[in-house]
Amino acid sequence: MTYSLLDLLALDFVRNALVAGVVLAVLAGLLGPLVVGRGMAFSVHGTAELAFAGGAGALLVFGTEAIGWGALIGAVLVALLFGALGRAQRERDSVIGVLLSFGLGLGVLFQALYTGRSANKFGLLVGQIVGVDVGDVLTLTVVGVVVLVVLAVVRRPLLFASLDPDMAAARGVPVRALSIVFAVLLGVTVALGVQIVGALLVLCLLITPAAAAAQVTASPTLASVLAVVFAEIAVVGGIVASLDAGLPISPFVASIAFVIYLVCRALGALRTRRRVAVATP
Amino acid sequence: MPWGPLRDLFVEVLLVTPSIRLTDAEVRRGGRTLWTGLDLDVEPGEFVAVLGPNGSGKTTLLTVLLGLLPLAVGTCEVAGRAPHRGSADVGYVPQQTSMDALTPLRGRDLVGLGLDGHRFGLPFRGRAERARKVREALLQVDALDLADAPVGALSGGEQQRLRIAQALVGDPGLLLADEPLHSLDLARQRAVVELLERRRREHGTAVVFVTHELNPVLPVTDRVLYLVDGRFRIGTPDEVMTSETLSELYRTDVDVVRVRDRIVVVGAEDRLVHTGGGPR
Repeated sequence: MTYSLLDLLALDFVRNALVAGVVLAVLAGLLGPLVVGRGMAFSVHGTAELAFAGGAGALLVFGTEAIGWGALIGAVLVALLFGALGRAQRERDSVIGVLLSFGLGLGVLFQALYTGRSANKFGLLVGQIVGVDVGDVLTLTVVGVVVLVVLAVVRRPLLFASLDPDMAAARGVPVRALSIVFAVLLGVTVALGVQIVGALLVLCLLITPAAAAAQVTASPTLASVLAVVFAEIAVVGGIVASLDAGLPISPFVASIAFVIYLVCRALGALRTRRRVAVATP
Repeated sequence: MPWGPLRDLFVEVLLVTPSIRLTDAEVRRGGRTLWTGLDLDVEPGEFVAVLGPNGSGKTTLLTVLLGLLPLAVGTCEVAGRAPHRGSADVGYVPQQTSMDALTPLRGRDLVGLGLDGHRFGLPFRGRAERARKVREALLQVDALDLADAPVGALSGGEQQRLRIAQALVGDPGLLLADEPLHSLDLARQRAVVELLERRRREHGTAVVFVTHELNPVLPVTDRVLYLVDGRFRIGTPDEVMTSETLSELYRTDVDVVRVRDRIVVVGAEDRLVHTGGGPR
């Protein structure tokens, strides 16, 4: 078991995949608590489908080289739109539903028209992490650093605007401008995620680790740290397990994240019960 | 002018800068003039209750004082300067809203956001100082035990105590409160009023308190600003809360009755209904 893992790590494509996964998990883990706090899980899903449509369209028209740009444009455009939708949950959800299904339909159409390798098609939906090359890793790392720097600068006002929007507005935080900044960060991360773990699993990295962390801590800093750790465990564990089993990465990442979530929920329930027990002796 | 600087010094030493100075102020929203010709000086430590029906521009007054809405006409000064967004001179307590159960914030985080949540950049400097200020603010509202509690798991009264700590953590000279008693039970209301009263007594903080219900704050209210359809009256509760004055303001027969230490307004009830939106 150990030797086979070491052998795998000696391979270039495995190392590329792992580095890409680690970077992606850091971004997803840091953005996740804000996504959950802003109640944007559904718009992440919508953004992922539009990244899929953009990627599929670019593949059809310009070929494999353009997938990344197509996904990025699709994701950022729609994330901006979702970011501008305001806070009325019902209206937001229905608009997201409308755009999501339209994007999915477009994506399927583009894929049906595409006559090239079928691996290129399915990669966008279920991930093609073993196909990540050095160039991809470089792009991902550069984009990742940019997102991290922006996030470091806006983190406090963004947290304020996300979790306590009325008060933040009263204190002069530019709530609307920040929701646009957040939309761009989210769009970029989703576009990268779609190319690595696929559109179907982006939620699994952006939502599940953060939702799990929210079950066990109310500290915003600790929640971010835990979300990153959980995302890393899911991605790295998923890559290694999928290589070992010779199956796609998606089911493994999803399963590991889900198990982490279940464990955290159980811990959270225990914690709540203890607090109630202390409060009512 | 040799006496110019001297005069300035004289003014500075002998006259206290008012916490709020509104001169001939007019506010418009959506093309409609809410009120005009408002002159109001609020001294440090003064408690001003702002009353009136929905849509009369009570909350808009706070918006102006927070520096979020410019006056259409007139001037506004807060602590001697034009109000500006995120000013440390002003603390704000919003109407009680429930926070989502899984909000990743503890009591200390919510209060801390009131101190520097509007600032961009890395939070590396002054961490110890920040923690001390947050602790002090929690202490002021008797909420040290809520420092590590998830805010989403707290009761309305506990959350409101944190809101007041959040407003006080920047040590403001002026506290703006927008219906902070709404949906709190009587005991909680009394506790909140007591907190504000102590704050203004011990720190000289001026309080502008928007409310639809004067009675809970009547014992601590110095002056009332009563707004109705662009008309307004400013004075002590005894001056403003009379049948004559309110009938004039509402342009209909309104009876003001004193029952023990409470003031009951009869005849304007349909205009005073508080639940969202209201009659207009």
